[in-house]
Amino acid sequence: MITLVVNKKKHNLDASPDMPLLWALRDTLGLTGTKYGCGVGACGACKILVNDEVTYSCLTPVSAAVGKEITTVEGATPNLQLLQIAWIEFNVPQCGFCQPGQLIAATSLLNSNSNPTDEEIDDAMSGNICRCGTYQRIKKAIHHTVELKKQQK
Amino acid sequence: MSDIQNISRRSFIKNIGLTSGALIIGSHLSLFANETESVLAGAFQPNLFVELKPDGSLTLIASRSEMGNGVRTSLTSVIADEMEADWNRVSVEQAIGHKKYGDQNTDGSRSVRYLYETMRKMGATTRMILISAAAQKWKVLESECHAENHFIVHKNGKKIGFGDLVEIAKTIEAPKDIILKDPKDFKYIGKNLKSIDVEKYVTGSAIFGLDFRLPNMKFAAIARCPVTFGTVKSFDKTEAMKIPGVEAVFEIERIETPFGALGGVAVVASNTWAAFKGKEALIIEWDNGKNGSYDSVKYMEMLTENVHKPGVVSKTRGNIEAAFSASAKVIESTYQLPHLSHAPMEVPNTVAWVKENSCEVWCPTQNPQAAHEEVKNYLGFDDEKVIINVTLLGGGFGRKSKPDYVVEAAIISKAIKAPVQVVWTREDETQHGYYHTVSAQYMKASLDEKGNVTGWLHRFAFPPIKSTFDPTADYPNGWEITSASEVPFDIKNFQIEVGQAPAMVRIGWLRSVINIPHGFSINVFTDELAHAANQDPLAFNLKLLGEDSTPEDNKSNKFSATRLKNVLKKAAGNAGWGKPLPEGHAQGLAVHYSFMSYVASVVEVSMVEGIVKIHKINTVIDCGIVVNKNTVIAQMEGAAIFGMSLAFYGKITAKDGAIEQSNFGDYRMVRMNEAPKIEVEIVESTAPPTGVGEPGVPVIAPAIVNAIFKLTGKRYRNLPLSDYELV
Repeated sequence: MITLVVNKKKHNLDASPDMPLLWALRDTLGLTGTKYGCGVGACGACKILVNDEVTYSCLTPVSAAVGKEITTVEGATPNLQLLQIAWIEFNVPQCGFCQPGQLIAATSLLNSNSNPTDEEIDDAMSGNICRCGTYQRIKKAIHHTVELKKQQK
Repeated sequence: MSDIQNISRRSFIKNIGLTSGALIIGSHLSLFANETESVLAGAFQPNLFVELKPDGSLTLIASRSEMGNGVRTSLTSVIADEMEADWNRVSVEQAIGHKKYGDQNTDGSRSVRYLYETMRKMGATTRMILISAAAQKWKVLESECHAENHFIVHKNGKKIGFGDLVEIAKTIEAPKDIILKDPKDFKYIGKNLKSIDVEKYVTGSAIFGLDFRLPNMKFAAIARCPVTFGTVKSFDKTEAMKIPGVEAVFEIERIETPFGALGGVAVVASNTWAAFKGKEALIIEWDNGKNGSYDSVKYMEMLTENVHKPGVVSKTRGNIEAAFSASAKVIESTYQLPHLSHAPMEVPNTVAWVKENSCEVWCPTQNPQAAHEEVKNYLGFDDEKVIINVTLLGGGFGRKSKPDYVVEAAIISKAIKAPVQVVWTREDETQHGYYHTVSAQYMKASLDEKGNVTGWLHRFAFPPIKSTFDPTADYPNGWEITSASEVPFDIKNFQIEVGQAPAMVRIGWLRSVINIPHGFSINVFTDELAHAANQDPLAFNLKLLGEDSTPEDNKSNKFSATRLKNVLKKAAGNAGWGKPLPEGHAQGLAVHYSFMSYVASVVEVSMVEGIVKIHKINTVIDCGIVVNKNTVIAQMEGAAIFGMSLAFYGKITAKDGAIEQSNFGDYRMVRMNEAPKIEVEIVESTAPPTGVGEPGVPVIAPAIVNAIFKLTGKRYRNLPLSDYELV
């Protein structure tokens, strides 16, 4: 039995220690917000936070996350929630499938950089593919989130 | 398209009787409510799409699939607008696959184009019934009442909510003459409604096919022959069965229909990962079959040879040979474009649960009726014993029009007598698709002394989509020719020829379909001619597009040269065509008519150390009446990125019959660091609505190539540009 802390909640699961977190979250815990896109860390749809580090859950075994804090798109962190508001404001999603991974990547960026430039956004977000092509709106929504944060203060 | 079924007064009343409390005028729910009731055979018009409850909550049915096209919002907002419903009271339910909805095949950029008027009538009928109900209740004239934001209002000021009229409305016959709203009173149509699903998308609660779960559901992966239509000779499952979680391994059959399963070896497990691992551990000997010789390099050489000799003439006017020999200048070019794969972010997948006499399926499909047909035929069940539920689609682009993966789930569920989710790996998706065709095109044109085009020959060879339905088909026909043969150029001597091209993989339609190669060759060649004539490409194109059309044509669905020239002029104007650009920048343009819409784009590029950088794309679309501006703009933005991906990286190749690419590492997509600024203008129009999802794509690649030529003087006639190490 393995214990994982996901979105501040403890889960005991019967999973092989080398099972990637992606499948433990989706198939064992029923948290399907985290997506399978490529299985090789090339598209970012599976991104989650492990102790605030942005992580490809398709490549990371369950055993590597034991005793750590896992945050998925279903979690509620301050930056993620503001980004979600901005995503809605700018009508970012088209099909929506990649957006959980995009939002986690953006959350990680804002956790470490409160006012990123376009280039810093490119660096942080280029591990995430959006086949629908919502990149321009994602960038605008990240900048808007920075504005929302300033207004909060 | 097939018609949405008509309703008789009797079936209308009968259907209402099926529900408790709610006014349902025809419903998706009926299948579940009463499987033996003959309403299934009857028809449900006028409102198969509306369900109003006594509490005023309103459920509208989306009959087309949502894959980022915004259709769940656009179609239902048309109903809501005509009804005068409050959008905040609306929820949207997805229709199952059923012929009573008419054509549900969500491709060809047709949803709004075909259903706009019908959805207006669905809403207007409901509004008129509610007005009648209120008039009856108040004992006043209907003409003294109107609908306003979920209420019926009388001229003296009293009002009643829609929900409070449900009981009376149920007894009122649908009006014979439907009165539509005046477009100036539209509240949602032509505005910017957000996607009805946007909150679900950003919180991770949206249920795509891949997210659907049933109790005790198994997961399955399938090993398919690397060569299209190859078969299993033998397999060893020993190692696969040792993987924890793997429960069963067995061979599955190929179903030899256009959308049938490819067959292979299935691995059933308690989770997806175990199924994937089990699949990797299989040892399989394949019989590759006749497609094992497919070599895409040699194949392209053959296609190119076929277009460098006379082909079969499919359209001709004037005399091209006479024009060529009499001309001041003759230009020839050859263009080669590879296969493409759809690569939706969500891989093909399906949950199926086959029971003794019935089957229920949950799948991300663009074509639920085709899925229904395939599964029903495979199982040998009656129509109503197979239910196809449509989930959200994580992208489609044409891949999910072909329900081979749905049939696979039915085969496996039937075998294991349990619900199962079939999941393709990304590698499966890349290597077992229905590929966008591979093409060679030869073009030849003559110019007179003034630079006018006097003759035009366009000869092309590519395996046609028809080959998926008829394996002997090896020439394009019909609409796979018209995007070249109906090019609206004012040229006297004109000829279209086609060459032979047998299919070696499954050929399918991908977003914009044959407009990708035709839009590319025509726009690049036109740019080459402009250069040869020493003229500005904008002026050259405008001249080539000929005489303006009549004002009547400009308001109808008939092709209009004026509208096409208008989008080109606007795109050029918006991009500052001909004005000074930053040092080292250049622009290229392209214009194309497809799916009955008019699109032009101007692309601005520069090059840094030999690598192309796209700075800005200006797109203008005229798609007639717009239902949702946000969606149209988003589709044009997405089309620009889609077009860039195919121009930069799109290339599927085969060696010994097997596809050589496997995942996003070798089948690349444009990423955020490459994404330009995209500006979109929608032309205001009162013409009928036309296509939106696809027509933005074909102009992008040629505009890029034309811009690179302007900048460097080098003409790149083949795609992708990664082959020239430009990206």
